[in-house]
Amino acid sequence: MKNKTILLGAAAVLAASCAMMGGREDASAAKAVAMMKASFKENGQAKLDRLDQDETQKLCSIHATDKEIPKDVAARIEKANLEAIKYPPGNKYMGDWKAGERIAQSGVGKQFSDNPTTPAGGNCYACHQLSKAELSYGTIGPSLYNFGKLRGNTPEMQKYAYGKIYNSQAFTACSNMPRFGHQQILTEKQVQDLVALLMDPESPINK
Amino acid sequence: MRAKRVAIAALGAALCAPIVLGQTAADEIEKYRQALQDGNPAELWEARGEDLWKQKRGPKNASLERCDLGLGAGVVKGAYTVLPKYFADSGKVEDLESRLVTCMVTLQGFTPEQAKKDPFGGPGKKVPMDALVAYVTGASRGMKMSVAANHPKEQEAYEVGQKIFYFRGGPHDFSCATCHGADNQRIRLQDLPNLTKTADAQRAYTSWPAYRVSQGEVRSFQWRLYDCFRQQRFPELEFTSDASVALTMFLAKNANGGVFDAPSIKR
Repeated sequence: MKNKTILLGAAAVLAASCAMMGGREDASAAKAVAMMKASFKENGQAKLDRLDQDETQKLCSIHATDKEIPKDVAARIEKANLEAIKYPPGNKYMGDWKAGERIAQSGVGKQFSDNPTTPAGGNCYACHQLSKAELSYGTIGPSLYNFGKLRGNTPEMQKYAYGKIYNSQAFTACSNMPRFGHQQILTEKQVQDLVALLMDPESPINK
Repeated sequence: MRAKRVAIAALGAALCAPIVLGQTAADEIEKYRQALQDGNPAELWEARGEDLWKQKRGPKNASLERCDLGLGAGVVKGAYTVLPKYFADSGKVEDLESRLVTCMVTLQGFTPEQAKKDPFGGPGKKVPMDALVAYVTGASRGMKMSVAANHPKEQEAYEVGQKIFYFRGGPHDFSCATCHGADNQRIRLQDLPNLTKTADAQRAYTSWPAYRVSQGEVRSFQWRLYDCFRQQRFPELEFTSDASVALTMFLAKNANGGVFDAPSIKR
């Protein structure tokens, strides 16, 4: 009986300390948000509302140090983002791969030092290998060399590529890749041009 | 036979071309960095900073020689290795730049606005802050980082700094961790330190401030954070703001044990 009481007591202490840790975690998260809002100032196009997280950003920040995002959270994020994708009318996913290559090379856009009237780039090469000719590519994302050639230039794959560029988190919760269409970084036409860069048999990526 | 071997070697070279070229580029960049080490212009900032430290300035016509940077009034040697730190006189956790601002206000009589007016140099504009930062950090060269983070306010700054590190926001959903949370990654050809791992965090943190060849300026750690957030597409990080100090606390403590080796020189 006494043993049981001690055990229960220990369990209660453990539960309480866990709750406290949780509380402390939440408190420092709330403190971080408040502190950031007081520590930044708007500059050009970069207003303070950029610190207002949407649900996806909030969840991905909370779970950033988890080994794996809880399955139910990941499913919630992917569902909400998938539902938010706006596909182009007439299922026209492909644009001009040459324009796509220029967009993939360009890193301008959305910084407070950028001219807001200049169209933004996708900066794909910052993180991905694409064409073999460009040796200066990053490795945060996987190589996309031969993307279309390996997968086949089918309407289904074109639609997937469009959706992935438009909103990467519809397919991989908390992906590092920006949601280019969803966040209005790139226009519908620009996303179509990037799909062509990935899928068009004439694109250097598929050579 | 020989021709065959040459042909096989050539084929091997062709197959490995991207790797070989990538490796060569990295080697060449490393050679370039090595070459830069001879004669770092940051020494000019350090010398100018030492003069400014000792010079009587401001409404109170006083020098900074009585400034307590964390190891007692007037101690410059090794002070950078213990920053950021909680200071009882200001009641705040301060990094080097914010501590210099505090001393410029309390000892020299500047207003906080005056002390923070020119945080970073630019073309044709050399500012006292960069020079003072170069001088103070240079006096910790060769010493081990040892940020205590024992005081509750220091612990809080560390915890909040960690949250800021993982905070995803802005149009690109970027956080610091997007680029600095995994091993062996690059943006284009630029290697990225994983700031959540001790060895990388030590190597990165102990190499700032740095003379940037491409900019012709000594860049402070405050500048490093300011420019990271610009590229993160966030609004502008305010100089010596609480968030900047908290994030610095997180990064500096993660670098504990690393041998400080700056002002360095970078591309």
